[in-house]
Amino acid sequence: MAFLSPVVAIGLTVAVGFVIFMVIGIDPLRGLYVYFIEPLTQVWSLQELLVKAAPIVLIAVGLSLCYLANNWNIGAEGQFTFGAIAGSALPILAPEFQNFATLPLMLIMGIAGGMVFAAIPALLKIRFGTNEILTSLMLVYVSLSLLDWMVRGPWRDPKGYGFPGSLEFSDAATMPILVEGSRMHLGLLLAVIVVLAGWFLLGRTITGFKISVLGQAPRAGAFAGFSRNRVILITFLISGGLAGLAGIGEVAGPIGKLDVVISPGYGFTAIIVAFLGRLNPLAILVAGFVLALTYIGGENAQIVLGLPAEIARVFQGMLLFFVLACDTFILYRVRFVRPRKLQTARVVDGHG
Amino acid sequence: MDTSAALKPENQSNRPRTQSTLEAVGITKDFASLRANDNIDFVIRKGEIHALLGENGAGKSTLVKILYGALQPTSGEIRWKREPVLIGSPGDARRLGIGMVFQHFSLFDALTVAENISLALEDLLPMAALQTKIKDVSAEYGLPLNPASVIADLSVGERQRVEIVRCLLQEPELIIMDEPTSVLTPQEAEDLFITLKRLAAEGVSVLYISHRLEEVRTICHHATILRHGKVVAECDPQQESAARLASLMVGAEIRELNASPMAEESAAIGLSIRDLSMPKPSPFAVDLHDISLDVRAGEIVGIAGIAGNGQDEIFAALSGERLASNPGSVVFNDKASGHLNVTARRESGVAFVPEERLGHGAVPGLSLSSNITLTRHSTGDRLVRAGVIFSGVAKMLGIRVSETFDVRKGGPDPEASALSGGNLQKFVVGREIDRKPNVLVVSQPTWGVDAGAATTIRQALVDLARSGSAVLMISQDLDEILEISDRVAVISKGHLSEPRAAGDVTREDIGLLMGGAGEDGEGEALAH
Repeated sequence: MAFLSPVVAIGLTVAVGFVIFMVIGIDPLRGLYVYFIEPLTQVWSLQELLVKAAPIVLIAVGLSLCYLANNWNIGAEGQFTFGAIAGSALPILAPEFQNFATLPLMLIMGIAGGMVFAAIPALLKIRFGTNEILTSLMLVYVSLSLLDWMVRGPWRDPKGYGFPGSLEFSDAATMPILVEGSRMHLGLLLAVIVVLAGWFLLGRTITGFKISVLGQAPRAGAFAGFSRNRVILITFLISGGLAGLAGIGEVAGPIGKLDVVISPGYGFTAIIVAFLGRLNPLAILVAGFVLALTYIGGENAQIVLGLPAEIARVFQGMLLFFVLACDTFILYRVRFVRPRKLQTARVVDGHG
Repeated sequence: MDTSAALKPENQSNRPRTQSTLEAVGITKDFASLRANDNIDFVIRKGEIHALLGENGAGKSTLVKILYGALQPTSGEIRWKREPVLIGSPGDARRLGIGMVFQHFSLFDALTVAENISLALEDLLPMAALQTKIKDVSAEYGLPLNPASVIADLSVGERQRVEIVRCLLQEPELIIMDEPTSVLTPQEAEDLFITLKRLAAEGVSVLYISHRLEEVRTICHHATILRHGKVVAECDPQQESAARLASLMVGAEIRELNASPMAEESAAIGLSIRDLSMPKPSPFAVDLHDISLDVRAGEIVGIAGIAGNGQDEIFAALSGERLASNPGSVVFNDKASGHLNVTARRESGVAFVPEERLGHGAVPGLSLSSNITLTRHSTGDRLVRAGVIFSGVAKMLGIRVSETFDVRKGGPDPEASALSGGNLQKFVVGREIDRKPNVLVVSQPTWGVDAGAATTIRQALVDLARSGSAVLMISQDLDEILEISDRVAVISKGHLSEPRAAGDVTREDIGLLMGGAGEDGEGEALAH
């Protein structure tokens, strides 16, 4: 029952996609094939699928903890970006520091950066009762502007012919590749570990218990002696840390340097993944592949069908819309009521 | 069975010999596999006060909802003045002339009396005309009300008057009242009875739903008793004893509570409240003023009072959900605890049962075993080790609690929301008593619970006290307070009266204190 709504939502997305292709004059069956099936038929695109899924899954697991505790962190894109900037400080400022500790240090700095950035909306919520949806979202634009300024200003590669972007990271500062000849890197393994850890945390530990109790029944949580403020901080720190890890994993992985654009909106896509995966870490792993497919399919559709890049966003948006709509229709019954006119109750004919 | 045992010949009854206002013929209502109402027949006559008795879950609410148009029967017929009618909605019921006063008031706190009433009326009156009309009706029926008062400032009894006046403005011929006295002081209840008798004398019929057998015996002309969705008896309540009515409702003789001698004067003090004052946390809450009370090991002290006089605030201060500014104002087992959080208080052997089962005492969407973990995660049961929950231990505790307290449930470990109110209450109380706490603070232990479960819970509280624990019970049920407390104090507007031995106080004493007679400088003259 819990997974009914994501399945229906995927079905509806495909159905509406069919109509969209028809309206814009593309054979809908061919369109859907190019978008959803073809990427699954080739080894390289399957590998790309995994590369794209890794950061999304990492972020979405953290977000699911936040959302279960009723903390609406929608600024993962900002925590991702700030983590990437923080982790990149090491290879950019100390390019000569190259040994076995380089990458681990960068990952730790990336996690710390994401945590610091997520702590801002958390502390504002705890101290002043600010709405974390607004603060976390606005910080996204702060971090994106900061990144833009860093890679065009102080951290621009002096040998980069004036182009924006940092220097290329050394091998010691780059994520090791898991399969020779592919772009599949350590981040993929980290994502799987994080999924398992998140599942254990939620299902088996007192911290996970606090998260679900305070999310479902805050008053019962207070009665149990659980601190609401502590859970706000913990969930934001975990989700910020994981977003930061995803961020440094991208710049130290497939991108290889701090660039002007380091994410095609992973932080926002992860919100869709968290809901599509019912805020359950194991299901999020699956949902992550579905959303990664919308990216790869979108690229394929650009190449083969000449569609604009926005097509991926259209499919992602529909997916989130339908998941949320299905939840509403499954959990609630919608009734249309008319204002009643004054009338006396009917007397049944044929009796009395 | 004893289905017809209580049927009395017509001519012996006090029942008015008038024609029927409303007649239910063979009403049956199925919810999936559950038959909530099974072929129910009964007649409400013009000008009679007709009691509908039954335990929780006997089908009273379902039947009332059908009569009021909120539910449709699966089969059967309703006749209004001998004409079959379909009551498709509460609006239809109101237009026929059926009014209802609900147990839980549906009033907006921030609006005035007149505004609240105007919201419920179908045709809009100018506010001035409505105010005059409210004044007229309330004066006529002895229900004094100021139409311009804001609801938040009114006592519970006054709020109920608003509901009744709202109902009377629609000139009903049948008024359905659901547990009307559960929130009233004895004096307020007396006033209500006068109004009801007056209405009945004018030919209005009243369907009176209550658990309180004594008052049913005082004011009702006729009673219909439901059990398991069926009418098991009809009788004249004035000719039956309360015990007889109770056994008809429950289907068995009620077990007498087995009370043993109370603790000695010299017993150690388990809970001591010393000059506890707290400002109210929200505009609609109550300030606590200099509350002092000792509860000794081995005794049950009852705090009586009408809802909303500071009971929630006292409970929060004792449980640690709100911390006191002075640690010494709450002392458990000689240890100043006003500054300690809930968990620290539990660790020192104190247990708490809040009034709300769902959402406060238990998380509705979590299993019973998870709800065991909710309050026992750090009380030495080894449910949590190094941050990891061992759910097997919690499941075992859940089974033990369920067996000891006769918690009836659908599966081995269902969600809390799947249990009926009475069974969940037994679970929530049992979860704490199972810890053998040295101090137990319990609020409304049997709220909305059927007679059988209430007896189980009260016996458990008595047994706990007799085994040497200090028990503080906050309750609005005066019968319960007088039945099991050793000493009684009354809370009114955030002031707590001196506790008195339960054997020495009368209902009238308590009623006067509930009405504020115990507050300093107020109503001194009333006290004697």
